[in-house]
Amino acid sequence: MLNAFQEGVVVVVCVNMIAVLGMSVLTGFTRLFSFGNAGFMSIGAYTAAICSVQLHLPFPLAILCGALMAGVVAWLVGSLTIRLRGDYFLISCLGFGECVRVLFNYTKNITGGANGYSGIPYHTTAAVALFCAVLAFVVAWNFIHSRFGQSLSAIRENEVAAAANGIDVVRAKKMSFVFSAIYAGWAGGLYAHYLRHITPALFNLGKSSELIITTVLGGLGSLTGSVLGTLVVQLLPEIFRGLAEYRMLFYGIAVVVVILVRPSGLFGYREFSLTGIIRFFKKKFGRETSVQ
Amino acid sequence: MQQLVIGISIGSIYALIAPGYALVYSLLDFSNWAHGEVCMLGAYCCFMAVKVAELPFWLSCVLGVGGAVAVSLFNERFAYRRIRSNGSPNMFLMIAAMGLSTTYQNLANVIWGGKFKQMPKLFSVSSINVGGAFIGTTDLLCLALALIVLALLLYIIRKTQFGLHVRAVACAGRTAALLGVKIDRVIARVFMLAGALAGLAGILYGMKYNVYPTMGNVGLKAFVASVIGGLGSVPGAIVGAILLGLIETIASGYISSGLRDLISFSLLILILLVRPSGLMGVDVQDKA
Repeated sequence: MLNAFQEGVVVVVCVNMIAVLGMSVLTGFTRLFSFGNAGFMSIGAYTAAICSVQLHLPFPLAILCGALMAGVVAWLVGSLTIRLRGDYFLISCLGFGECVRVLFNYTKNITGGANGYSGIPYHTTAAVALFCAVLAFVVAWNFIHSRFGQSLSAIRENEVAAAANGIDVVRAKKMSFVFSAIYAGWAGGLYAHYLRHITPALFNLGKSSELIITTVLGGLGSLTGSVLGTLVVQLLPEIFRGLAEYRMLFYGIAVVVVILVRPSGLFGYREFSLTGIIRFFKKKFGRETSVQ
Repeated sequence: MQQLVIGISIGSIYALIAPGYALVYSLLDFSNWAHGEVCMLGAYCCFMAVKVAELPFWLSCVLGVGGAVAVSLFNERFAYRRIRSNGSPNMFLMIAAMGLSTTYQNLANVIWGGKFKQMPKLFSVSSINVGGAFIGTTDLLCLALALIVLALLLYIIRKTQFGLHVRAVACAGRTAALLGVKIDRVIARVFMLAGALAGLAGILYGMKYNVYPTMGNVGLKAFVASVIGGLGSVPGAIVGAILLGLIETIASGYISSGLRDLISFSLLILILLVRPSGLMGVDVQDKA
C-alpha cells in the first residue's frame, strides 16, 4: 500500500502531531511556554523502549508506561516550578530538558549513553501512528472543550480574573503541564518503536524549539491550527528535498514574520471546520451581492 | 588553584554575555534569546575578517564587535520595536527572539557549514607558571579584557547620563518618557551596548575554543548565570557568571565533565526554587 518512505513520512508527521497537540494545550490554551517537552519525549521514548525490551511488555502497554512516566515526572517537576512566572518557568523547563538529556547520556548501563539504546521492536506502523494521532486529537479536543479546558482558556486571558472566579490556577496549570508531558511521552514512545534505535541527542533543545515553532505557526489557541502547522512543518521539507538544509532557517524566519504580522498564528483562535468555511463563503458571497 | 583560574576565565566570558540579558530584561521584561547568537555572529565576523579578508587581528576584532552591534541593533529595530508598538504581550517578544535565534543559527550553518573553525592564535599556546598553577595566556587575556570592559560597563551604568536614563527607564518607563527620556533611543543604545559585549565575548570564546554555528548556546549558560545573579541586575549577572564558571570547572574537574551541564542546570532550578530573585535579589525599584 505505502512504500517504506511514505510510511516513514506518515509516522513522523503523526508522532510530531501528537507532541505538538500537547504543546498546543499548554502553550496555546494556557499560555505557558515549555522548552522541556523534548525532555518528556525522551523520557517517554526511553521508558517505552526499556519496557518492551527488558520487561517484554506488549506494545500498547509499553507506550502507556512511557506516557505515564512522562506524566508522573511532569507532575513532580510541575509541583516545584509551576508557580514561577513566565520567563522563569520557561528557563526551568529548558534546564529540565537539558538535565534529562545529560542524565541519559551519563547512565550508560541503563540507557546506553550517547551511543543510544537499540534493539527496540518495530511496532509503529503508519496505521498505528495515524490511529494514535486521531485519538490524540479527539482527546485533546474534548479536554479543551470540557469545563476544565475552559478554565485553561480563562487563565490564558486573565489569570487574576480566573482566580477570582474560583478557578484553582495552580492546579489547572499543573494539569495542563502534565497533559502536554503525557502527549510528549506518548509521541516519544511511538517514535522509539519506529526508529528502533534512540539516542539522547534526538531530543535536544532543537527538538523542543521545533515543537514550539510548529505550535506558534499553527496558531496559539487552535488545535486544528496545530494539526495544519505540523503538516506544513513536517511535509514541506519532504516535498522540497533539495532545500532540507534551509528548513530550520525558513521556519525561524517564518516565526519572526508570523509574530510581526499575524501574532495569533495561521489560524488564531479559530478552529478549522466545514461549517466555518461555508459560513466564510456565504459571507463573502453575501457581501458581493449586497454590493451589486 | 589551576581549576580556580580556569573557572574564573570561563566565568569572565559568561560575565561579558550575562549583563546583556540583564540589561534587556530590566528594560523590556523579557529574555532576549537571540543574544547568544549575536555573540556567535560577532565571532564569525571577526573570523571572516581575519581569515578571508586577511585584515590585521585588532581590526578584525573591531569589525567583529561592530558586526555584533549591528546584529543586535537590527534585532531591536526590525523585530522587538514593532512588537512593542503593536502592544502585544511580552510573550511575543520572547517567541520572536526564539525565532531570530533559530534563524541565525541555521543561517550560520548554511553560510559557513557546521564545521569547527579555528581562530588564529594571538599568542603561541604558552602558559605562565604562577605559584604552581599553569595559566594559559589566552585565559589571562580573557580575564584582563573582561575586567576592563566590565568596569567600564559598571561606570557607564552608574555614573554617566546615559546610565541614568537606562536606570530611569528600567525603574518606570512611562514616567521616564514623560520626563523627557527618549525611550526608544535608550533601548536601542542598550541593545548596541549588549551587542558589543556579546561580540567581544564571542571573539574571546572563539579564541579559547572554536567558532561554530551552535556556539550561541554559550548564551544559555550566560542566561543561567544572570538568573543565578538575579535577572535584571548587572552586578548580579557578573557575580553569577564568575560563580557559574567556577562551579562548572570544579564540577568537571572533580566529579565528571559529562555531568557539568547537569550540575549547572540543577543549580539553576534550585536557585529558582529557593530564591527566584537570584543572589543579588533586586526589587523592581533598582533594576539595572
